[in-house]
Amino acid sequence: MNASTLRLLAALIAGVLFGVGLVISQMTSPTKVLAFLDVAGNWDPSLALVMAAALLVTFPAFRLILGRAQPLLDERFHLPASRSIDLRLLIGAAIFGIGWGLAGFCPGPAVAALGAGQADPWLFAFGLLLGSWVAGRLPS
Amino acid sequence: MENFTPVSAIVGGLLIGTAAAVLLWLNGRIAGISGIVTGAVERGGEPRGWRWMFLAGLIGGGVVALLLGDQPLAGITGMSGPMVILAGLLVGFGTRLGSGCTSGHGICGLARLSPRSLAATGVFMLMGAVTVYVVRHVVGG
Repeated sequence: MNASTLRLLAALIAGVLFGVGLVISQMTSPTKVLAFLDVAGNWDPSLALVMAAALLVTFPAFRLILGRAQPLLDERFHLPASRSIDLRLLIGAAIFGIGWGLAGFCPGPAVAALGAGQADPWLFAFGLLLGSWVAGRLPS
Repeated sequence: MENFTPVSAIVGGLLIGTAAAVLLWLNGRIAGISGIVTGAVERGGEPRGWRWMFLAGLIGGGVVALLLGDQPLAGITGMSGPMVILAGLLVGFGTRLGSGCTSGHGICGLARLSPRSLAATGVFMLMGAVTVYVVRHVVGG
């Protein structure tokens, strides 16, 4: 197999691991996510532990990986170039937070729940694509 | 805190972190779901094949795990359809404007000690908590 086929396979494997992880940690259940954000109610810290456990892997792993000259199957790392904390970033993150707090879905869990046999992930994904499309048409 | 599920949270989190590490190690790509979704559907100069494969794995892995596990609340917001679409609109708009979501900023960006990701994660966590507070304890309380 050539490198481009292997890259597709690698992406598939990473996607499967990501999806299984989201389901096992119950992040595909909006009630679980909202229980984390509800700090004044019956608080459920599970989401914080999910992030902490993920960072426990990515923090050392990224350090090792980015210390290499290039990834195994590509010629270079594709990393975000932007460095500055600007208004666009902060306003975007704030609007994202409001939407997240409304329904309890962020993009990963919503996509991973598309096969759950429920309408909500599909409705959310429809809104997600539309909202992203609109933001992509804003002047930069 | 009787709903706290530390074991499944840790196991799931380790898998998510491993997925992000695999994608960076092999393909040199950041596992930011909002960016992968946008890049998969929009025509640009960037390759789209790997994005579709990642999303197929995300959905497929999710389906298998949901079939094996007992999760009656998966994928259910308990809200009206228009409200779910509105939430999606805000998340889609906000993550595009803010260049990332919980995965890209929260898991990958923080691991790179990116100041942008640290700021974004703080802001969306705060606004998510404020929104839930308003909905549940001000409007609904």
